[in-house]
Amino acid sequence: MSDTGQGALPIAVRNVTKTYGDVFALNDVSLDVKSGEFLTLLGPSGSGKTTLLMVLAGFTRPDSGSLKFGEDEMIRTAPHLRDVGMVFQNYALFPHMSVAANVGYPLKLRKTPKDEMDRRVEAALETVQLGGYGERGITQLSGGQKQRVALARSIVFAPRILLMDEPLSALDKKLRDRMQIELRHLHEKLGMTTVYVTHDQREALTMSDRIAVVNHGRIMQLATPQELYEQPANRFVADFIGDSTFLDVTRSGSALGAAGTNLKTTRHVPDGEGLSLMMRPERLHLITGKPAKDENVFEARVTELVYQGESYLLYAHLKDGTEVAVRGAMRAGTFDALPKQGDTVQLGLGVDDTVLLAGEEA
Amino acid sequence: MNWFSRPASETQVTHGQRLWLYIFAGVTMTLLVVPTLIVIPMSFSDSQYLEFPPEEWSLRWYHNYFGSPEWMGATATSFKAAILTTIVATPIGVLAAYGLHASKIPFIRATFVLLITPMMVPVVLIAIGAFYAYVKLQILYTMTGLVLAHSLLAIPLVVIVIGSALKSYDMNQENAARSLGAPRWKAFMTITLPQIRFAVVTSALLAFLTSFDEVIVAMFISGGENSTLTRNMFNALRDQIDPTIAAISTIMVLVTTGLMIVAQVFGTDKSQK
Repeated sequence: MSDTGQGALPIAVRNVTKTYGDVFALNDVSLDVKSGEFLTLLGPSGSGKTTLLMVLAGFTRPDSGSLKFGEDEMIRTAPHLRDVGMVFQNYALFPHMSVAANVGYPLKLRKTPKDEMDRRVEAALETVQLGGYGERGITQLSGGQKQRVALARSIVFAPRILLMDEPLSALDKKLRDRMQIELRHLHEKLGMTTVYVTHDQREALTMSDRIAVVNHGRIMQLATPQELYEQPANRFVADFIGDSTFLDVTRSGSALGAAGTNLKTTRHVPDGEGLSLMMRPERLHLITGKPAKDENVFEARVTELVYQGESYLLYAHLKDGTEVAVRGAMRAGTFDALPKQGDTVQLGLGVDDTVLLAGEEA
Repeated sequence: MNWFSRPASETQVTHGQRLWLYIFAGVTMTLLVVPTLIVIPMSFSDSQYLEFPPEEWSLRWYHNYFGSPEWMGATATSFKAAILTTIVATPIGVLAAYGLHASKIPFIRATFVLLITPMMVPVVLIAIGAFYAYVKLQILYTMTGLVLAHSLLAIPLVVIVIGSALKSYDMNQENAARSLGAPRWKAFMTITLPQIRFAVVTSALLAFLTSFDEVIVAMFISGGENSTLTRNMFNALRDQIDPTIAAISTIMVLVTTGLMIVAQVFGTDKSQK
């Protein structure tokens, strides 16, 4: 598509607030999306992520705040004048039109000449690997194909911003995994500024340049996937991304302790009271033999062992009664050699993986 | 294996076990239809009076009907009123149903109830109310008054038919159209309306029939040269019982069933199959 990708626009959201009665759907949100960036709004349902997307699309008018696409203020601009491509959750294809008519709809509205329209529709369909599907009816398509048509329709008029509202949620897992990679490639190819909404953390981690974790109408953290996973800003983010267990940390002077173990860490130690230690199942490991120097060791008693094919999941109670999970890769014979229920084990957590978080659960 | 012992559906219930159900359904349908159909033979009678079954056959009552300027005038009035009612009630009802469906404001449910009250109030009350209002407004016995009153009766039907069609319609489609560059009215015209067109046709026909068949309101507020066919029929039944009524009834049955067939043909969405 020769005519896309040029002039992707940055998005600047400033102090946007939207209330429904007493509830803040968006609470003084500010956010910058860089030109050509793939940014994901990630959060649980009711967090405000969809409201924010609807503000960008123009379907929700916030109570206050500003929204700029490039240099232009957009907050009062009607949706049809925003020149934004949008993919909806259930595709929102027009069932009374053929695939080509669906994809050609935005071009027709822009009074594109017939030959150019046909050419661009076919090009857009080829981009989503549906070349030659133009004459089909919408009802004849599979879920994945509908998804692709919706995508083709939203990019065919070369919008400079693309919005996607949980576009893959209706697909089965295998197709979803494949579409994630495809969408990522498509984004690299077209270079539109993309804002993607999902509640699926893995999807967010797979696709995004940056992720904004949203909860209670606020952005809890805005960071690259790696930063988000390795150094969550607070308990909410740590809890939402990955399966974490948290231990209360005691502090006396500079000495830190949790569940009867003195903690060593190479990571940042936040100030203040109420620290907690984040433990992720795949970062914990079973110690066989002597513990290494650069790890924290916890005593625990195995409560359950689960076989999951590619990995095992071992649940154990620490000395303070907290249940933690340990995930490990498996090869033939690994499972039989694992400790059994009731066994006492030592769990290791590398000092680089010893992440301390301040504050209560947000 | 004969028909009686064959299974009637996916379950193992046989046609034999279902026989009572078939008979019941058949009797019910007959009872529904026969009173309507009985006028048809009566209309071809040669007798001065309504009688069944007729002893002699003739077309004289049809001649009488088509030859009478009074009956023809009333027929024209009825058609005119019905067509105008369709034109007034259908767009208003469609827009009202759309507004009710799309709106997020509180008390929208109450608005819906308000809109369909004409269906719940006894028609005679509406007729009396309309009569006194029209006297004040000086539109008694006018076509305007008749069309307004009939529209009042037809709008609730349109709202209900369109409202239920919109229930299965995904409003996100309209949002999609808007994000793709269509102003809201254009999104409605190109995306929503074509998908509810069958319901629109059905509701338009219902609006037409509401006016065409209506007698109570017409008794009160139509008259003179704006007397409807139904009103004149009612008066004729009271004053002189003559089989012209049966001839007119037959024609009305034809018109009504004709429209219903049209609704069936156009009202079935073939693309959904």
